[in-house]
Amino acid sequence: MSMAEIHLALLLAGPRHGYDLKHAHDAWFPEERPLAFGQVYATLARLVRDGLAEAVDTRSEGGPERTLYAVTDAGRERLLAWLATPAPPAGVAGEDVVRKTVVALHSAAAGADAAAVLSGQRTAHLKRMRELQRSTPPAPGSASGLAEHLARRHALLHLDADLRWLDEAVEALRTSAAHDLATHSTPPATAPDDSPQAHHAPTQHSEESTR
Amino acid sequence: MSTGPSPDQVPLLELDGVSHAYARTPALREVSLTVAPGEVVAVTGSSGSGKSTLLHVAAGLLRPQAGRVHLLGHDLAGVDATARAVLRRSEIGIVLQYVQLVPDLPVLDNVALPLTLNGSSLAAARTAAADALAEVGLTDAASAAPAELSGGQAQRAAVARALITSPRIVFADEPVASLDPVGGRQVLDLLRGVTARGAALVLITHDNTVAALADREVRLRQGSVEHEAVLR
Repeated sequence: MSMAEIHLALLLAGPRHGYDLKHAHDAWFPEERPLAFGQVYATLARLVRDGLAEAVDTRSEGGPERTLYAVTDAGRERLLAWLATPAPPAGVAGEDVVRKTVVALHSAAAGADAAAVLSGQRTAHLKRMRELQRSTPPAPGSASGLAEHLARRHALLHLDADLRWLDEAVEALRTSAAHDLATHSTPPATAPDDSPQAHHAPTQHSEESTR
Repeated sequence: MSTGPSPDQVPLLELDGVSHAYARTPALREVSLTVAPGEVVAVTGSSGSGKSTLLHVAAGLLRPQAGRVHLLGHDLAGVDATARAVLRRSEIGIVLQYVQLVPDLPVLDNVALPLTLNGSSLAAARTAAADALAEVGLTDAASAAPAELSGGQAQRAAVARALITSPRIVFADEPVASLDPVGGRQVLDLLRGVTARGAALVLITHDNTVAALADREVRLRQGSVEHEAVLR
């Protein structure tokens, strides 16, 4: 499961409370089920135990006591290693492929390369498709042969759908990079106060949070 | 099983810094690519990415404005049009998306055509063509007119014709784009079969399932190689 790495990526922008993490997660992944607070704190506890995150401050400010968490160097390394490994190209790898891409787009400052993530994933998917197509076809005329054939077609078509999405993502990333290059060649009208990689995101945060 | 590229193998095809433009629109920009004996290479990309121009350049149908093309040991810059046509007829197989069988000739004579053009007797060419049709499962269609064949059968006949000279390298441009999955699979299996005797197959395709049959993918974007990966 990618929850640990997603939390690490959410902490890259700076120390955060569990409360903020939950809302940042839900904004990054509007199509997924909102994160439960219990899961956030359980994940943070595991990250601290494993030395990937650390508690940097505890404040109460009149309300309940809240701990600020920060990512450690080991956590940063773990995140980049996760991004550098393509998601297992299973028939229904779709969600993890999206997760890695979204996280990479948000983690450029830590050295993540979304284009490399997309390209590595394309190769992993094509390799899996090649295995599926090159393995001995199931014997026709039996129920088990038919079932195997249909399961294989299901896997192939889902991999193909992922690959089409990856193509679109590459195209969008290129267009966005070209756009950034064009806009950054003239002095910016206002000083940007958020991190530059936020502009690479395919959807804007403000839209996501109002959904 | 295919052998793939290794330093001691002489490539069948080598493109080095090839560029070409139509009017002022660049179609290929500094493309380099090698194809080794026994290898299946998929050249992929969206429409307009330069795939078909690459095939035309690699097969000696189009002279690029810059860069070098070595095909089967020949530097194509030093080979005149006549010699290039002979090379294509004798050592290269080409299969296109839309089958180009001669409508007035029966299927058998269509398949025999490369051999008769190369100077074989009609009888010898027809014997070889009958064997080639058997290979692609079309023995029964030998005396039919091309118009009587289904799309899949016509493409298999075109494959038989492309392979009848035992070419060392086969170029296929979207060979199954207009076929159903079963017919497409048959054509791809036939094309891939050339690697068993050490020939290479260059598959131009926009279809991921077709690309995934290759040993290597070369992906073009706006005329440049965007991504290259070994799939084996």
